[in-house]
Amino acid sequence: MITAALPPLVVALTALIVMIGIAIKRNHRVTAAVSFAGLVLSFISLWPASTVAPVRLALLLTIDRYALIYMGLVVAAGAVVVLLSFPYLQGRSEHKEEFYLLLLLATVGSMVLAAASHMISLFLAMELLSISLYALISYPRTEPLPLEAGIKYLVLAASSSAFLLFGLALLYVAGGTMEIGRISAFPGEGVARFSHLAGMVLVLTGIGFKLAVVPFHLWTPDVYQGAPLPVTAFVASVSKGGVFAFLLRWLSVGTGAPSAPLLLVLTIVAIASMLAGNLLALRQTNVKRLLAYSSIAHMGYFFVAVIAGGGLGWPAATYYLAAYMISILGAFGALLMVSDERREAETFDDIRGLFWRRPVLASVFTAMVLSLAGIPLTAGFLGKFYVLTAGASEAAWTLIIVLIVSSTIGLVYYLRVIVAMFTSLTGVSGQPAFVRPAVTASVVLGVLALALIVLGVYPAPLWNAISGATSGLR
Amino acid sequence: MILLWLVLIPLIGGAVSLVAARTSARACRWIAAGAIGLDLLLGISLWGSPSNARWINELNYAWIPQLGIRFHLAIDGLSLALLLLTFFLGLMAILASWTEIQERIGFFHFNLLWVLAGITGVFLSVDLFLFYLFWELMLVPMYFLIGIWGHERRVYAAIKFFLFTQLSGLLMLAAIVALAVIHRQGTGLFTFDYESLVNMPLSPAAASFLMLGFFAAFAVKLPAFPFHTWLPDAHTEAPTAGSVILAGLLLKTGAYGLIRFVLPLFPGPARDFAPVMMTLGVIGVLYGAVLAVAQNDFKRMIAYTSVSHMGFVLIGVFAGNQIALTGAFVQMISHGISTGALFIIAGVLQQRMHTREIARMGGLWETAPALSGAGLFFVMASVGLPGLGDFVGEFLVLFGAYRAHISLTAVATLGIIAATLYGLKISSQVFQGPNRNNWRLPDLVPREWVIFGSMMLCLLWLGLYPQSFIRMFQPPPANPVQNVALVQPIRK
Repeated sequence: MITAALPPLVVALTALIVMIGIAIKRNHRVTAAVSFAGLVLSFISLWPASTVAPVRLALLLTIDRYALIYMGLVVAAGAVVVLLSFPYLQGRSEHKEEFYLLLLLATVGSMVLAAASHMISLFLAMELLSISLYALISYPRTEPLPLEAGIKYLVLAASSSAFLLFGLALLYVAGGTMEIGRISAFPGEGVARFSHLAGMVLVLTGIGFKLAVVPFHLWTPDVYQGAPLPVTAFVASVSKGGVFAFLLRWLSVGTGAPSAPLLLVLTIVAIASMLAGNLLALRQTNVKRLLAYSSIAHMGYFFVAVIAGGGLGWPAATYYLAAYMISILGAFGALLMVSDERREAETFDDIRGLFWRRPVLASVFTAMVLSLAGIPLTAGFLGKFYVLTAGASEAAWTLIIVLIVSSTIGLVYYLRVIVAMFTSLTGVSGQPAFVRPAVTASVVLGVLALALIVLGVYPAPLWNAISGATSGLR
Repeated sequence: MILLWLVLIPLIGGAVSLVAARTSARACRWIAAGAIGLDLLLGISLWGSPSNARWINELNYAWIPQLGIRFHLAIDGLSLALLLLTFFLGLMAILASWTEIQERIGFFHFNLLWVLAGITGVFLSVDLFLFYLFWELMLVPMYFLIGIWGHERRVYAAIKFFLFTQLSGLLMLAAIVALAVIHRQGTGLFTFDYESLVNMPLSPAAASFLMLGFFAAFAVKLPAFPFHTWLPDAHTEAPTAGSVILAGLLLKTGAYGLIRFVLPLFPGPARDFAPVMMTLGVIGVLYGAVLAVAQNDFKRMIAYTSVSHMGFVLIGVFAGNQIALTGAFVQMISHGISTGALFIIAGVLQQRMHTREIARMGGLWETAPALSGAGLFFVMASVGLPGLGDFVGEFLVLFGAYRAHISLTAVATLGIIAATLYGLKISSQVFQGPNRNNWRLPDLVPREWVIFGSMMLCLLWLGLYPQSFIRMFQPPPANPVQNVALVQPIRK
């Protein structure tokens, strides 16, 4: 039993070690190294855990291969964020070490979400994630923008938790249970039916806030812009990954498919997110805000796969998430490499002409953006292809048409990012100073670029693992 | 294996020339030219090996087994002829940019070779997923070619080109996926393989919708009226090599898609929609020609003549008989060469005169006779002078279309008259007449002699002995389940 729970336990233990370490002596390098080592160890422990899976820990957690796949994604993304944070923090705030502590705690929350099979574990894990994020977002506490973003996130996340709790209460009234496997079934008539549906929608609201789908997306651009770059990358990847894993499990266990009214809600959310995200991103001149709006659209694409469901939809959604995580981490990582110690690179001006100054970095950034846009030979294309295939097998033509139209709209702003990088700098005075590239961040970006291409041309192994894991979901 | 090399050589050559450009621009150009030359030789070696089998050569590996996607390349006469055109025009494009491109030479040739690799893949793929992959792969480098080395409004033109192609391409992808899904519902097997899908029964409604999905992608690339609005911008703003590849090759991928996929996969709807498609073709012929006459920008004018010529191809493809289809095939090849050559002429003129405005030209014959003579030759080819390639193509198309639809054919014939109008406008206002602006231009250099000379030979060959090409061309067999005799054999 302990073996199965090893991956989250290792990260939690690392958090403890880091905490004690900070109390004894502050050392940025050692703290970062320990955090990274802990995440790597947790990733390795996925293999022993997979030999004993599936294991049910009390009623709260189900550690099956599905949970382990998502834990792997989340831990890997967490490790990437740690490596990106190190050079970022090096020249900035005076207290750097607690950053890693919060990062580890939030990662644990996200990992537990992937295994949660009970509403209580959902709530606990979600709060662990949120509370760590409040502090992380406003970590540079002397600057106004992060503080504003932190407050905004705090208020909205707290109210979404309230929605979630109320929804849980209603679900309990309807069914008398909080196990997700048993509340998914559609109960009788009358009041129970009503409170069940209301409860489901309210829980979906709580989850929707975290995933930032329309109409719960209002915090996204401000938080993405205000938070420090590594935290933005974390919010976009790790935090969404865990919540997404839970959503998929919740909708698929028990009946195996969402009920008709819920399906309608999901469809509306998917269409609204795809269109609104891409349309709102069109007018942005700040790359962080642009990526924030694009993430809303990407959540819409996920929902298409979720709605399709079944033997193709679940693996498609998971593959898409893996591809999205790689691309978005890479994109924010590249932005981080362009930033200097005084300010972050976030506007189009900061990346203008990047290709002629730093061709390798700009090529990696371009690949990440092309992957987000879904251009072949990148992981993002195969993700989108799988989503299309899943949608087509369920004859969800409306969703497919919206997906096609909205991703073409999306291309407009992705191309603007690329155009900015390839614009020639001749005639522009005041060349930006050359920033010495950080070794850790360079290595991470290289690995991400490699993963992007590998998943884009040779998806068979990962797809096999994912479809094997998701087939055990029912 | 040879098919894989046809794709790999430009890919590798592009990467090598990118690196080589750091030390020597000359080496970079020679490597790029060498890679494409090697591909051309490989292609010619395939020409010499005719066979009665369905494919001249084939290559088939498992790739994404879960969805039945295979790395399946195959070549028949249609593909081979277009591949030879690809490598020939690719070589011409490299030679044409020998002195024109002086900035970022390595990245330029990288993109040029990767576009060619994408086009090669498009002509070779017989797995529909793979086909889409290459279809998109040729898009990104082309976008860079226009967006970085283009003229004044390059960014606008590049984005417009990308968006048009991407939207229509995604519609095709949805249709491809739907085909595979229908195949799975019927047989329980996922496959994207051309041969399996061609033999699959389809309900008429599904066939119509899916055909429109494919047609969207190919009509934008072709371009058919009214999907052509990206073309004048992209062709005008692109650098010479970009224009040559756009007009000579990318448009042909649209026509190729119609012949390779739309006709065989959906013979029923192709026959039902034929009057609509032919009408679109006729509109394109006239509209393109009339707008071409009104243009003042040399490159924009040639761009509109492309719309007109590709209208003939559309008529030929949907006329429903072998003569017209063969005409469309010949027209594809000869239009690639004649229009490619005209774009190179425009590039040569722009490099010497720094303008594309026809109004500022005139009387060039007295200062650059060889250049003007070459220009006149290609204008005449484009107009459809008998003895040159375009004439054979247009004549066969009209000949075949006459049997399918007399009135439409009669209207389309007017397009040839309009063609003489723009042909005469170019020759009289650019090359002949008084030299009002007192241009003193250097005449052709040896490199340009090689370019224009070889292109003239090809056009003469196509015009005088078209049978050598027509012999290669066997229309891909159509779906036997939707069993209609779409392509009637030539009555002897």
